[in-house]
Amino acid sequence: MTHTTPGGPLQGIVVVELAAELTAYTGKLLVDLGASVTLVEPAEGSPLRRYEPFLGDRPDPDRSLWWWHYQASKSSVTADLDTADGVARLQQLLAGADVVVEAERPGSLARRGIDETALRAANPRLLWVSISSHGAADPRSQQPSTDLTVLAEAGPVWSCGYDDHALPPVRGGGGQAGNVAAHYAVMSLLVALLAREERGHGQRIDVNAYAAANVTTEFASYTWLVAGETVQRQTGRHAAPRPTLPTQVEAADGRWVNTGPPRRGADFVALAEWLGQLGVADEFDEFVLLQMGAELEHIGMDQMEADDLVGEIFAAGRAAMFFLAGKLSAYDLFVGLQERGMPAGIIYSPDEVAADPHFVARGWVRPVEHPELGRPVGYAGAPITFPATPARPLRPAPRLSDRQ
Amino acid sequence: MGDGALGHLRICDFTGQLAGAGATKFLAAFGAEVIRIEDPVTGGRWDILRGAPPFKDERRGPEFGSGYNNHNVNKLGITLNLRTERGKELLAELVRRSDAVTENFAAGVLERWGFGFERLRELRPDIVYVSNCGFGQVGPYGRFKSWGPIAQAVSGLTFASGLPGRAPAGWGYSYMDHTGGYYMAMAILAALFWRARTGEGQWVDLSCTEAGAALHGPALLDADVNGRPMRRAGSPHSNRNAWPAMAPHGVYPTAGDDDWVAISVVDDEAWAAFAAFVGQDWATEARWAERSARLAGQDELDVRVAAWTAGHDRFALAEALRSRGIAAAPVQRPAERIDGDRSTAAWGLWPTVVHDAIGSVRVDGLPVHLSETDWVIDRGAPLLGQHNEEVYGELLGLSTAEIGALHQNGVI
Repeated sequence: MTHTTPGGPLQGIVVVELAAELTAYTGKLLVDLGASVTLVEPAEGSPLRRYEPFLGDRPDPDRSLWWWHYQASKSSVTADLDTADGVARLQQLLAGADVVVEAERPGSLARRGIDETALRAANPRLLWVSISSHGAADPRSQQPSTDLTVLAEAGPVWSCGYDDHALPPVRGGGGQAGNVAAHYAVMSLLVALLAREERGHGQRIDVNAYAAANVTTEFASYTWLVAGETVQRQTGRHAAPRPTLPTQVEAADGRWVNTGPPRRGADFVALAEWLGQLGVADEFDEFVLLQMGAELEHIGMDQMEADDLVGEIFAAGRAAMFFLAGKLSAYDLFVGLQERGMPAGIIYSPDEVAADPHFVARGWVRPVEHPELGRPVGYAGAPITFPATPARPLRPAPRLSDRQ
Repeated sequence: MGDGALGHLRICDFTGQLAGAGATKFLAAFGAEVIRIEDPVTGGRWDILRGAPPFKDERRGPEFGSGYNNHNVNKLGITLNLRTERGKELLAELVRRSDAVTENFAAGVLERWGFGFERLRELRPDIVYVSNCGFGQVGPYGRFKSWGPIAQAVSGLTFASGLPGRAPAGWGYSYMDHTGGYYMAMAILAALFWRARTGEGQWVDLSCTEAGAALHGPALLDADVNGRPMRRAGSPHSNRNAWPAMAPHGVYPTAGDDDWVAISVVDDEAWAAFAAFVGQDWATEARWAERSARLAGQDELDVRVAAWTAGHDRFALAEALRSRGIAAAPVQRPAERIDGDRSTAAWGLWPTVVHDAIGSVRVDGLPVHLSETDWVIDRGAPLLGQHNEEVYGELLGLSTAEIGALHQNGVI
């Protein structure tokens, strides 16, 4: 049996987070990994407490659901960094901390008398994680930016949207610029923690949200870097230098499914049999091409280019999936394709994920008791679970009204 | 072992594609010795990126896929045929000398080869094992297939990207392959950190879909406590901003073909500056002064803003708005952010490596800098079996004759 120690692999690591939009998810991931995270916010409460949506749509610093999600299990202390008292309080906190995470405008802490060099000299093991929109040295980090403007400038927006280019390109939802920066902040912090075990001292980590989104664009970047070609956005599938066939289909119940390409002879056999079972094989005009596909072992991209018939067979496999979509619910198409060995994914809204049987069976949603509601609320599960060091249950985010 | 923050660590690496290879690329950039194992029988083709476009020139084949090169820089590459008994013995020797074993096969593949977690722990009691698959190994969909677009669909990311009344726009690339790799890197590093402090290894079973679903937390709470699902009339509209709510907020057309600018008016002060800069009658109407009014009338505002931006150059307009304290940015094409914006090159974001078949080529760097132990990306991805002599000879102590025999017998 594996020995287990509750509390997560970073248990015992003390983190001080200067509450900001760009630190929120880094702090949250560190909580999920088991660190103790203390938020620093001014006496009137962080402006983040005013982010929508609110419980019952009633604006209140303790009712922001954004705050609930990102700040769960963190503690909070008051320190107004524009005052000498506040600066002293922060210095005291950092003297005993392993990590500080901040996203203040570069240089602004120094202007308020918070001297990073001196603080790191006083606590040589301190790891200083600094997140900014464009890196500490770039003048754009001194200007306002938002999730939208970072993702627009950095590439993700160019690649997302619709076949119809009269429609604007689209930003993926959910605050992903901050999330990508947070992923790199945590990965880098973990490297620095491992290095500290070897070397004994901390260091500074400069995280650049714009650069992070820039290197999170897959094909778009390396197609330019290597081949000098520019990808063009397409509905629900990869942006590409030349148009590709649709992969996303609306099912009979009005919901959508993302389908993978038919690649193996067995895929064509399964599609033909499925049409037969449903009694609709006669309605599908390219049925004979499916039967020809059954003779192929595997369809590679190079074969399709070299042989028109292989291309037609491939297109017939796709067409069969789209035809089936007209006969089935999105869920039945998704599970039916997967059970026949073909990759497919139902397009859930984020909240629908929580009710899916697979996620329920894995116990993904985390119930958190909320006295103001008199019932537990379902929070998003941890992105990673560590069997030897399982996470502790979440606590509600710190409330302003609990302050003295 | 080598230099760098992770120079003391060796990874026995079966990852491929981006969701797995991206994770160990990050480790290799910080000096970890990542030994990537590939199958000699299929020529490493289980990783489709080996032979996939884009290509630098007219040459094609498993050594010329530039996605493979991008995701496997700084790694060592060996071949090993796990269908053979000798191959399994060699893997056992490698596991004994490794700190972590990593893979993103479909669920159960390593187990079927006889290298499930229990066996790995027999070989190396403090081993860290991280498996990464679309749905995780446990649960009703444990055997389901996945890649980026599928994980994005099932986790809610695809739905949450789009304009109202239309199909989901989704993500025009494998966002969850990148992100699955990021979580895999966190899993490996966090488990290694626990091991460094306690001496205990563990198996982490990562589910990319689950990791993706964690990226929309407030939407879950809104549905639970307010009974407001994201699937409702007018929703989603992901170019607008609800958390926090602001208006105008969107992607607007500018002069040129398929040229756009993103503008976020974050509060009333920014609106006042924006209205003064626009200077047209509609903008200076008192009724737009408060955020609540702008949110209520944002359809009308968006039409006005789009008509106004349409005559502007997107770069000059974004610069003018920024200098007035208004968040704005051009929607940049790859060429513009990679070659046109000198800050990315100055950061070192596109390091050049030499790949022994492809030649000299630029790759994605890392968006972080560490003051004491920074990353270095300076070697192209390995050719198939390029480091067989080094790994089987220097690390496992086999003679040149023995290695030659392994080749002849189809073991490597």
